[in-house]
Amino acid sequence: MSDQLRAAWALLPDYLGQHVILSASALLLGLAISMPLAIAAIRSKRVRWPVLAFASLIQTIPSLALLALFYPFLLLLSALAKRTAGVEFSALGFLPSLLALTLYSMLPIIRNGVTGVLTLDPAVLEAARGVGMTARERLWRVELPLAIPMLMAGLRTATVWVVGAATLSTPVGQTSLGNYIFSGLQLENWVSVLFGCVVAAALALVVDQLLALIESGAAKRSRWRIAAGIGALAAGIGVAAAAQLGGSGAEYAIGAKNFSEQYILADVLNDRLRAQGKAATQRVGLGSVVAFRALASGELDAYVDYSGTLWANVLKRTDTPSRAEVLAQTADALQRDYGVKLLGSLGFENAYALAMRRTEAEELGIKTIADLAAHAPSLSIGGDFEFFARPEWTAMQAGYGLKFASQRQFQSTFMYRAVASGEVDVISAFSSDGRIAAEDLVVLADPKQVVLPYDAVLLLSPARAEDPVLLRAFRPLIDRIPIETMREANMLVDRDEDKYTPAAAATWLLERIGLPSR
Amino acid sequence: MTEAATEGVPSRAPNAPLIELDRVSKTFDGGHGYAVRDVSLTVPSGQFVALVGASGSGKTTTLKTINRLIEPSSGRVAVNGEPVTAVAPHVLRRRVGYVFQGIGLFPHMTVAENVGITPLLLRWPVERIDARVAELLDLVELPREFAGRMPSALSGGQRQRVGVARALAARPAIMLMDEPFGALDPITRDALGGEYRRLHERMSLTTVMVTHDVFEAVLLADRIVVMRAGEIVADGTPHELLRDETDADVSRLMAMPRRQAERVRRLLEASDTQ
Repeated sequence: MSDQLRAAWALLPDYLGQHVILSASALLLGLAISMPLAIAAIRSKRVRWPVLAFASLIQTIPSLALLALFYPFLLLLSALAKRTAGVEFSALGFLPSLLALTLYSMLPIIRNGVTGVLTLDPAVLEAARGVGMTARERLWRVELPLAIPMLMAGLRTATVWVVGAATLSTPVGQTSLGNYIFSGLQLENWVSVLFGCVVAAALALVVDQLLALIESGAAKRSRWRIAAGIGALAAGIGVAAAAQLGGSGAEYAIGAKNFSEQYILADVLNDRLRAQGKAATQRVGLGSVVAFRALASGELDAYVDYSGTLWANVLKRTDTPSRAEVLAQTADALQRDYGVKLLGSLGFENAYALAMRRTEAEELGIKTIADLAAHAPSLSIGGDFEFFARPEWTAMQAGYGLKFASQRQFQSTFMYRAVASGEVDVISAFSSDGRIAAEDLVVLADPKQVVLPYDAVLLLSPARAEDPVLLRAFRPLIDRIPIETMREANMLVDRDEDKYTPAAAATWLLERIGLPSR
Repeated sequence: MTEAATEGVPSRAPNAPLIELDRVSKTFDGGHGYAVRDVSLTVPSGQFVALVGASGSGKTTTLKTINRLIEPSSGRVAVNGEPVTAVAPHVLRRRVGYVFQGIGLFPHMTVAENVGITPLLLRWPVERIDARVAELLDLVELPREFAGRMPSALSGGQRQRVGVARALAARPAIMLMDEPFGALDPITRDALGGEYRRLHERMSLTTVMVTHDVFEAVLLADRIVVMRAGEIVADGTPHELLRDETDADVSRLMAMPRRQAERVRRLLEASDTQ
């Protein structure tokens, strides 16, 4: 417990700092875009409807989807920019998060600004005309000042939304307080989840109160209130920015996808670098495609991926050759097409497999996927969010004629719970998952070899492909980790009692394979 | 009392026409109905004109064509011999004082900022504005320490005094008033009306005041213009109109103050003889 809390505390400066900078940038940009739009909407009825409709439409898109949509959009833009202007930018991390959150902040600011002005006392507006103000003078001297309470209320709403929604930028590769939540959910580390929620909520409350102070200062014409509010906000942003600039003396960036094994392996790589006297930042909780793109573009220096994933997603191959063949061809293609170096396999496979409760499997006499096919029409299957869209599933269906009574999707933690409790009969499992042993599941054999091999492979970015430090640090890991050891390390993190943090599991693993940290 | 010459419009010889409305019509629905129809009115410099009539008679619309808060559908409006369309509306309005029933003090500005707004828009130097604000607070008989107060801290009568001071700030020659004292209690209303009439004299203003209160019109104005259904139906001094019997509506309207005055006089005589 205290271990988990201490780990969470240690990450706070980085997560909170990035969260603050992202939220503040999005709000400032949102304000800069929304104010002219609000003014245009106030002045012209013809502009008002489309502007408000657009802002409302944005709000109907779930924030996670909005963030996710910016990735392909920016990817397209980046490719376009590269072709036309020769410049490339990252479609990951800060930029998509910033743009999505900016859009998200616009509705309350615009709507409150417009409503604030349109609902002003007509007598005051007539007086403004009567004393001889031009349209511009009316706007700046009367309409906007009087709409400040409404505008500030809108800004406060936007702030609370943005600070909350910024936690969702973790999956597109932007570090935020969401890292606590996403990794905590993955590792069933509820302390981490709760910690992330509490910090995000506290941040939203503090900022909201500071804005309230500025608002009351404007209403009471109290300069010190306004100055104190703005000063505190600026100081907060300044400290966060300074921490980002000064604090991260890290030379290397290590990535991890969003499951336990990846968190552990990122810490293993980190440990190995530290043994070389180097510091590294970690960008964890990345989507599968996101991670590879980040590596290819040099935002990440190293991470662990799986040969079958690369084979299907990056090489776009649909055939299923042997394990060695997949590995060799993948290494060649990555080098050729992306300059990415496949340093080697870590020695274990984390393949897609089907698993079921041992008791049920024995009862029905199921040992292989072929056996399962006969019983499938009366059974239900659960998969993670990716599984049913993956070629492995298509291959299994085609190869064995699988047809289930029902299929459901789960977050992978809940998927194991679901099969253990009998809610579903079969799940998509990962062969290195510690929970297979823990939940007493059996992995069904694939006699026809329809499923791709998934060797865990260590990838290096093009720029760092020959980096002597990385090579020295990581070479000893090649072919060093047996699947039993990986399963055990995963179990240490995934189990309910006496959980390890990924960092502690990494230390345990390195010790077990004879590469102790110290 | 030496009140500096007005700035907005050069002062002219007394009785020269200062405001001229020439067959002014206004329709809000493309010509089906008229709020104002063919109104012609000439106001000489220095005159105090009251526009009276029932609600909907077009008196406010007529008034607002003078400072272009309403643009006439047809006809011509001139101030000081120059068509009002010769300058931008805001330039015109800075030369013409405007007071209305809603007052419309800017709630986010102090009394001083409200009073000094038109001079500020005219880019007067700050010291001159400050001096003018102090002068105006004296003029409308408000204590100078009111300068820093917010409008919400004032009574209705005090607010209307600030409204009058604001309209006078840039030394206009013309004051347009739309039911200026309508929302006040009778005592405040009587006092403010009388005080304003004295300001009108002292500063040689030309005033057009809209009111539905014939009694007020009779007591304050040099000339009463009666409107009905968008048209002028009677025009004369209070004295003339009180005796005019040509139009039944007008004589009924004008009979009211006479009858009330009569009743009050009889009441007083009765109590004296007791």
